[in-house]
Amino acid sequence: MPDTHGPHLIRRARALGGDPVDILLADGRIAALGPDLDAPEGAETVDADGLIALPGLVDLHTHLREPGREDAETVATGSRSAAMGGYTAVHAMANTDPVADTAGVVEQVWRLGREAGYCDVRPVGAVTVGLAGERLAEIGAMADSAAQVRVFSDDGVCVSDALLMRRALEYVKAFDGVVAQHAQEPRLTEGAQMNEGCVSDRLGLPGWPAVAEEAVIARDCLLAQHVGSRLHVCHVSTRGSVDIIRWAKARGCDVTAEVTPHHLLLTDDLVESYDPVYKVNPPLRTAEDVRALREGLADGTIDIVATDHAPHPVEAKETEWSTAAMGMVGLETALAVVQHTMVDTGLLTWDRVADRMSAAPARIGRVSGHGRDLAAGEPANVVLYDPAAPVEVDGAAMATKSGNTPFRGMTLPGRVRATFLRGVPTVMEGKIS
Amino acid sequence: MMRHLLSTGDLTRDEATLVLDTAAELARVGDRSVKKLPTLRGRTVVNLFYEDSTRTRTSFELAAKRLSADVINFSAKGSSVSKGESLKDTALTLQAMGADGVVIRHSASGAAHRLANWVDGSVLNAGDGTHEHPTQALLDAFTMRSRLGRLEGLRVAIVGDILHSRVARSNVLLLNTLGAHVTLVAPPTLLPVSVHTWPCEVSYDLDDVLPKSDVVMLLRVQAERMTESYFPSVREYSRNYGLDGERLARMPQDAIVMHPGPMVRGVEISAEVADSPRCTVTEQVANGVSLRMAVLYLLLGGS
Repeated sequence: MPDTHGPHLIRRARALGGDPVDILLADGRIAALGPDLDAPEGAETVDADGLIALPGLVDLHTHLREPGREDAETVATGSRSAAMGGYTAVHAMANTDPVADTAGVVEQVWRLGREAGYCDVRPVGAVTVGLAGERLAEIGAMADSAAQVRVFSDDGVCVSDALLMRRALEYVKAFDGVVAQHAQEPRLTEGAQMNEGCVSDRLGLPGWPAVAEEAVIARDCLLAQHVGSRLHVCHVSTRGSVDIIRWAKARGCDVTAEVTPHHLLLTDDLVESYDPVYKVNPPLRTAEDVRALREGLADGTIDIVATDHAPHPVEAKETEWSTAAMGMVGLETALAVVQHTMVDTGLLTWDRVADRMSAAPARIGRVSGHGRDLAAGEPANVVLYDPAAPVEVDGAAMATKSGNTPFRGMTLPGRVRATFLRGVPTVMEGKIS
Repeated sequence: MMRHLLSTGDLTRDEATLVLDTAAELARVGDRSVKKLPTLRGRTVVNLFYEDSTRTRTSFELAAKRLSADVINFSAKGSSVSKGESLKDTALTLQAMGADGVVIRHSASGAAHRLANWVDGSVLNAGDGTHEHPTQALLDAFTMRSRLGRLEGLRVAIVGDILHSRVARSNVLLLNTLGAHVTLVAPPTLLPVSVHTWPCEVSYDLDDVLPKSDVVMLLRVQAERMTESYFPSVREYSRNYGLDGERLARMPQDAIVMHPGPMVRGVEISAEVADSPRCTVTEQVANGVSLRMAVLYLLLGGS
């Protein structure tokens, strides 16, 4: 737990990528923002020359693995990893063991997050009991619990039953909740190992066709519009999905969507190595899909970047492809990947990055106190990011308990220098404080 | 020569031809009364078989023994995970025992590639999932060349469950490298979605392809594909894609019929065709030993 509580004066940070300003953090809030601020007594000065200041990032899709798989990650290690990535709030997915399908489990995760203190941990509640897709979990009880759950998802499994999905979408309207769907038609993806296409055919690995994602998204958008509810689409991975979401938004459907950093950068030809570090669900797709996802994120069809941070122990990946676990860690590389794929390519400006990685996810998750403007009076949730500090990615050097990063060995353009959670530095000089 | 044999796609035309020529030389050893050569004396070859395959394992064992290698058969039924020990730990164990070459058969596509990262010795892919079976394709090419005298320009039809066939994948790549023309014949459900990008032709009509084929290679069709709705019934499959005497008669006079085995008589091949002198099934088995001797020789002891 960080223990530095005094005021911090951030010198010459480029707020949202603009001209350098000073930012004074005191008493958990942004006390002042402007050029050449006077340092109050006892304030610690942070030299932020050349650094970008953004509101603390918010992840709508994180697997913290606790309870149940503490060998892969715990709430404490996962939230330290989040802080290292510039996050001040994360949504902990429900596919733990036991599943987060009761008020008891979500309150446990929420409490563990508070105890760790590195970022706000917002539990996601399961849509169905045990993620089994058969009957609704006690969604209302989770919403009313101390954890104040607003996002519900069976992530990892698709709520494929159309009637159950309709009921879930309707039910969460009572407390302004949202159903975050893992769109995967189960019959079309039985035994699926990777994107279905030229590479899967050559490698002899059962394919996960794009249509299995797109068909569910189309159905869910129509359902959400029919019952007048909010739908969020997890980890959009195909060009067709972007087209369908663009169409649904145009006709007035209240749908939001996320893309992961790995789907913005990596393609399925990496699977040629049969190295399961590239195994993920939904799978890495083609260069054409990557292009469409970047365009969708740029034009707002895709609202946010979410990491789908999915830690796995070494033995779950050091195996033959078909038995390996699906998933990649992503919290500590997300911002650098977004810079590389979206900012350095001219597709997004830094203020738009703040929207896609902080403001919009906070809005979708109904997270108060996060995703706010960098302005006097707002909560002091701030990340300082150096966009000109190339780093070679090394899973072993990360704060997450698991090193399964698909970016290992790649050089990404920048790194997080400091993260402040309500004025308290969780990361300083690139290290956990 | 390369260190491992994982995919026929890794072989250049010269390398593939060298394997076939070496196999032809070594085949003569099989005709002698003493069938053994001292070439791999003191070298250790491990047969690591995660799938039951008496045919392929025996062939590799015989090939290694004819070259005087020490052979260890390590049979791990079921997946490595269900056994408890990981493939990696098994690999490290074999490595510690000093295996010079590991012949691996595994139900997971890419298992041989993974193994090659973990051992110093040569890895020989003896069939990985639905990916590849390089020595099968090489022995098939060897058989075609022996029977028909050439590979360049040969018209080869491969018929059956292409989607799930490692034999088909290895054959398409190798035959293309060696200058033969391949046509894949199957119902659309048993073809990969991107098959149009493969270096071969595709047809849904066996009767159209047969008169234009020098070789027809039949693949086993497993009955469970029917319950998975790849085709309506075994009978319908057999009517459209099975090779019987009537269809055989419509092929060119010297055309041959091949099958990697095990055959399902009455489904993809009639008994009449299976027992005909134009069917090379047992010849393929015999050639398999020479071919595998050639591969072991070139990978482990070759100069």
